[in-house]
Amino acid sequence: MHAPMPSSAGLVRPPVLADAAAEMFLTLTVAGQLCGVPVLSVRDILGAQVITRVPLAPREVAGSLNLRGRIVTAIDLRRRLGLPERAAGATAMSVVVEQNGELYSLLSDSVGEVLPLRTEGFAANPPTLDPVWREVSRGVHRQDGQLLIVLDVDRVLAIG
Amino acid sequence: MDDLLADFLTETNEALASLDGALLKLEKAPDDRQTLSEIFRNVHTIKGTCGFLGLARLEKVAHAAENVLGKYRDGSLRVTPAGITLILAALDGLKGIVSGLEATGGEPAGDDAALIAALDAAWRGEPGAATPAQATLEALDKVFEAEPAAPEAAAREPAAEAAAPAPAPAPRQPGTEGEAAAAGPITAAQTIRVSVDVLEDLMTLVSELVLTRNQLLQLVRARSDSALTVPLQRLSHITSELQEGVMKTRMQPIGNAWQKLPRIVRDLANELGKKIELVMRGAETELDRQVLELIKDPLTHMVRNSGDHGLETPEQRRQAGKPETGRILLNAYHEGGHIIIEIGDDGRGLAVEKIRAKVLSQGLTTEAELAGMSEREIQRFIFRAGFSTAAAVTSVSGRGVGMDVVKTNVEKIGGTIDLRSVEGKGTTFYIKIPLTLAIVSALIVEAGGERFAIPQIGVVELVRAGGAAESAQIERINDTPVMRLRERLLPLVSLSRLLQLEQRADAGPEEGFVVVTQVGANVFGIIVDKVFDTEEIVVKPVAPILRHVTMFSGNTILGDGSVIMILDPNGIARATGVGADGPSEEAARAQEGLRGTRSGERTALLLFQAGDGAPKAVPLGLVARLEDLPAESIEHSGGKALVQYRGKLMPLVPAAPGWMMPEPGRRQAVLVFNDRDRAMGLMVDGILDVVEEQIVIEGASDQPGILGSAVICGKVTDLIDCSWWLRQAGEDWFRPTGGDQTTPRVLLVEDSAFFRHLLMPGLTAVGYDVTAVDTGAQALQLREQGAAFDIIVSDIEMPDLDGIGLAQAVRGAGAWRTVPMVALSGRSDPALIRRAREAGFNDYVGKSDREALMAALRDAVAAQTPC
Repeated sequence: MHAPMPSSAGLVRPPVLADAAAEMFLTLTVAGQLCGVPVLSVRDILGAQVITRVPLAPREVAGSLNLRGRIVTAIDLRRRLGLPERAAGATAMSVVVEQNGELYSLLSDSVGEVLPLRTEGFAANPPTLDPVWREVSRGVHRQDGQLLIVLDVDRVLAIG
Repeated sequence: MDDLLADFLTETNEALASLDGALLKLEKAPDDRQTLSEIFRNVHTIKGTCGFLGLARLEKVAHAAENVLGKYRDGSLRVTPAGITLILAALDGLKGIVSGLEATGGEPAGDDAALIAALDAAWRGEPGAATPAQATLEALDKVFEAEPAAPEAAAREPAAEAAAPAPAPAPRQPGTEGEAAAAGPITAAQTIRVSVDVLEDLMTLVSELVLTRNQLLQLVRARSDSALTVPLQRLSHITSELQEGVMKTRMQPIGNAWQKLPRIVRDLANELGKKIELVMRGAETELDRQVLELIKDPLTHMVRNSGDHGLETPEQRRQAGKPETGRILLNAYHEGGHIIIEIGDDGRGLAVEKIRAKVLSQGLTTEAELAGMSEREIQRFIFRAGFSTAAAVTSVSGRGVGMDVVKTNVEKIGGTIDLRSVEGKGTTFYIKIPLTLAIVSALIVEAGGERFAIPQIGVVELVRAGGAAESAQIERINDTPVMRLRERLLPLVSLSRLLQLEQRADAGPEEGFVVVTQVGANVFGIIVDKVFDTEEIVVKPVAPILRHVTMFSGNTILGDGSVIMILDPNGIARATGVGADGPSEEAARAQEGLRGTRSGERTALLLFQAGDGAPKAVPLGLVARLEDLPAESIEHSGGKALVQYRGKLMPLVPAAPGWMMPEPGRRQAVLVFNDRDRAMGLMVDGILDVVEEQIVIEGASDQPGILGSAVICGKVTDLIDCSWWLRQAGEDWFRPTGGDQTTPRVLLVEDSAFFRHLLMPGLTAVGYDVTAVDTGAQALQLREQGAAFDIIVSDIEMPDLDGIGLAQAVRGAGAWRTVPMVALSGRSDPALIRRAREAGFNDYVGKSDREALMAALRDAVAAQTPC
């Protein structure tokens, strides 16, 4: 049931850089865009899951899945961000987060690693950022020449 | 041992146990005000309860101890170790008496005089008490001797021992002695207090266990591994028992939710100047505490409502010939996995006329629809949002948040609510709720490739549709699917369409299963593709972002580990308009029909075609003539079609929208309805047939002018509402021509809903004030209530009290002895007519012979009004 982290478990080891000025993030990609969610809000990372569709639910809700007896509502990040659907056959990774005692799974294309991001690397959202992205983004972080969008989980889950 | 005493013992043992600790704490810190207050409060409570229960011995000891503690508390006496010892001794004395009480159910006899004297001495601040003198110690020794050292001693007569010389050195360590004495009651305790959280956690765990068990069962079923079968069955059995046991811990008597009601009712009575008696029955009926919590507020609201709206003032009650004191009756009982709660009053009942007026003024429905509704249907409008009949807003109720909120709350927990009200007699509400919400039995179905669970509570039956020739078929009226089930018309809802799932492409949508579901009085069918088995499911609430989808009441995990949604029949009914508080009496009758109890009568019907869609029908008795008019004869005046007919102008009304003037040379079929010297014509496309059929109207249509649908000659046919069409001919068309000032009041006794629907609007339209009842017994009830009528029209063939019996009862005695009575019957058997006349009927007319009935009524009214 539990997909191993793409790289080895060593990633979870407290990184050397960890200090008050750095926050730990789990990176994931959605349609090629690198994103990060605060690692403290992540409960589980799962591989491909059987997801039951929920009729009449908002478009962003991919359905429900069973995580060790608890029902998790899956949110498709691609749909949430107005991106094209995943290619047929491509599996999604579930990043399970908790909000007010309820579990939600953020379906993303792939899950990267756990990184400490130093606060000085943060930049505010560029004003030209797509409104859909701006709505869920807490800011942008430069990471090894790549830009990482820091997702605000509460706002990602504010649907409907 | 009665419950009150058992509760007292539990509480007192708890209090005494905690007092020991608290006193020792106080001894170490004599200035600890908080501990001192706590001790005082506990002792005070024990004293108070003893007094209440009439336990004199306990009370006296507790009182003496309380006195000393009181002095400690107000600071007039210093807390000393000796004083603490004395109080501990008093506690031990209490424990001794309590354990005796526990063993025998009564206070053991005994003398506490020495102990009390010591306490009183301390209270007076005598030095002997402050430093324990020999006398005090002796007194203590005596107490300890009197006290049973072991449980079996409790049964012995302590008094005898107390009188005997001290047999052994008395223990000087009251603390340890106290513990020994306390050990008895604690092991004997019948109840313990457990926090609700612990129970909730247990319930969650059991729910998970049930799921895992289901999962295992499913695995083994697929594998037929015999080695596992037996232990698994055992596991399954134990799980079920455990589930039951844990459920039991969550059960609470409904009386807990009623505790506050007597006070509320009392305050209400004072505030409103009414006399109200609250009667509570079945308070011991148990239900899940979660359900209990949810039902508490609606119940309180309804009791307030009964007191405020339902009951009259003593003055009004006296005038109505009722006792001054109004009664609110709460009744709870179990009925098959449900609990039924009745909230009734013997007040003024629901004023149908007021509701009718309000419904119209709020535009909730049209007058035409109202005319076709039974009293109960109209009364059910009080469940509509924003509806309150209270003329004035009182501090109690009448703010327009009323019964609709109650209904919503009841439905939220999977319950239903209904009411019965007789004007002048009172109103009773019926709430039906499941015993528990946590684990329910559900039917697993599939539609559009997805599986869903339907709670068994609402499922009446399963019907296979399509396939074999003899099985029921799904038919369509326009695009609405319906099914004829045992000669009843069942509205259907396609689940895959409702949930916007893909329809199956392979098999036609006409094949599948129909889950016949009941919501309140409404019965409808849900079309699904497949039906699996039933499963015990654990209801889990859906995520907040999905709460707005009212079609689901929750979700669950099935035995195979997959997540499925639980359908909410109430939500489906609301979404499809099946049970939107609309007319539902027919549906209720349809349900009776499903059980095959009702026999109908045959009626001659004229079938015709008007517009597209289903054929239409009208009782032949209502039609005066059929005409085929040449197109040229139809004239227009003021946008209305008219024809010169028998020397008069007759208005013509098209029976279907989009009627086109026939081309010259063609002819127009017209059904002529008339009353006295007036006539109107209903223009139809063509006359189909005249048939004699037993008809049952199914759920009223929302189309104006249509009473509902019925199966006639194997076809779904719309029955037209004549009175509505007559009104289309002109507003004042059917007003009586004479200058009648008073409206004659007609009591219609007719068990067939169809005929009531048929006659009521027709009679109302020609100026009678019609009250319709189902049975002869109801008619006699009206007489008891002092209702007055000018004419009674009664069916002859009725269940229980038939027309003949009714006539005999009416003629025999009471206020209606001289009221003219007209018999209605489907049969015109001379012997029957004679019997009817002998019984006291003045006239006898055939059913659906409208002319004859009108004539009979006119005659009866004329005979009464002296000219």
